[in-house]
Amino acid sequence: MSAYTISIVSIIGINVILAVSLNMISGFCGQISLGHGAFFGAGAYAAALVMVKTASVPLALLAALAAGSLLGIIVGFASLRVRSDFLAVTTIGVNFLFVGFVRKQTWLGGEMGISGIPPTGLGASGNMILNLAFACATIAFSLYLSRSWMGFAFRAVGEDEQAATTLGISAGAYKLAAFGIGTALAGLAGALYTFFTQFITVDAFDFIFSVMLMAMVVIGGIGSTWGVVAAAIGLTLLPEAIRFVNDYRLLVFGGMLVLVIRLAPGGLAALVYRLSVRVRKA
Amino acid sequence: MSAVLELGEVAIRFGGVQAVGGVTCSVEGGDFVGLIGPNGAGKTTLIRMIAGLLRPDRGRIALGGVEITAEPTAARVRRGLALTHQIVRPFREMTVLDNVVLGAGLTHTSNPLRALLHINRRHESERAAQILASVGLAGTERKLAGALPLGQLKRLELARALAVDPKIVLLDEPLAGLNHTEASKQAETISEVHRRGITVVLVEHNLEEVMRVCRRLIVLNNGVVIGDGEPRVVMADPAVHDAYVGGGIVSHADA
Repeated sequence: MSAYTISIVSIIGINVILAVSLNMISGFCGQISLGHGAFFGAGAYAAALVMVKTASVPLALLAALAAGSLLGIIVGFASLRVRSDFLAVTTIGVNFLFVGFVRKQTWLGGEMGISGIPPTGLGASGNMILNLAFACATIAFSLYLSRSWMGFAFRAVGEDEQAATTLGISAGAYKLAAFGIGTALAGLAGALYTFFTQFITVDAFDFIFSVMLMAMVVIGGIGSTWGVVAAAIGLTLLPEAIRFVNDYRLLVFGGMLVLVIRLAPGGLAALVYRLSVRVRKA
Repeated sequence: MSAVLELGEVAIRFGGVQAVGGVTCSVEGGDFVGLIGPNGAGKTTLIRMIAGLLRPDRGRIALGGVEITAEPTAARVRRGLALTHQIVRPFREMTVLDNVVLGAGLTHTSNPLRALLHINRRHESERAAQILASVGLAGTERKLAGALPLGQLKRLELARALAVDPKIVLLDEPLAGLNHTEASKQAETISEVHRRGITVVLVEHNLEEVMRVCRRLIVLNNGVVIGDGEPRVVMADPAVHDAYVGGGIVSHADA
């Protein structure tokens, strides 16, 4: 496998974890978050600091999980106070705050970021396999989650919080759980990103990146694990395959987002489902 | 029998309006109470305070002898209180069966971790199907709740309330919007629920059905209790009579 292929597949693994974890928060539990990049970044920085200090991969992974979910639970508390569109605005704010904060911190490398992060010792292909293994685990967990009583309660909370509470479901606890789990996985993706690049700057975790993750979720079909996986892979490959898409990345993704919301609100997942129904009928 | 529900001087104010102004009453286990009163009397507000959807400014609420005034709705439901909404709120994207299964799975959903560790729904599905049959919704299990007509949605509200295995149900206008036949059938179902030993508090404008099924009436007007007791005696009270414009209620009920 060429170095180029290895790097693309590694990035796909990371993006799949990010999109699937965002789908747990926004798709399963209905809490629109446009700041997923911040949790990704928190994990990446936590892992970078631990790697520089100890060069221990397991410790870096744990630190990244903890950093992502800690920030996530704090933002989750905001979700108890504000509703849908305000939550979206709040999470955008969190993303900008994160970027603004990190830029000014000398211990986080400020504008220059953190470089000279020790390698994992697994080599490029080892890292890629690590990424893919975690991506598969995340997908499996997401599929399990959506079938469990937690996923069931998430759907209820996402659809009608008050009706859920009248069935004995503590909506607040479930929203916190969704944020805690989804952002812990984003933190994990951050650690994998740190292992992959061995050099991080805060620009990688900005609001634009968060919007791209949301685009993956919406285009894939909000709430559908496989749809989101497909979109994460497709939207990671597209700019690589087509030069034009890379040059006008925001324009193309923005356009696709508008088209999907307008023409196929269920995303790829709903399109495939409708097609399969039609094929079965024919 | 002991009191299932006790209210002590429960009051709430919305801006300049005293919506409920110090209600004290208790509901015995096995009771079938009709909570009536003209529009704006504070019936729904009182029910929402009992359910924990509104926090009273003062007063105390106890369920089965335990003070629950500060508890959130979900905790009250787990103590055995259930309610239906005046305006139906099904999970429209879920099937009819799933709407009820979710309530029947109360022990699994009591906290997120427990919910994550459980996946099997067979027992809850069977119970939900039985409940749906008992309210006359057999055969609709696989339909999306959003596709049901209002009459059936009203039944689904009732089924969901029963799914949490309550000791007491608060029914907020379960007959509103139903035609005469549907209303009478629904009232019959509610009576059946009561016969199973569940305490019922029924808020309803359909006085004909209220007089037919309830064993006790509490009349609210301007947020205070103006009548409480055996239905015919309460309705004969001039104060209650005056609260309803036009009168004719007693004779209607006698008919």
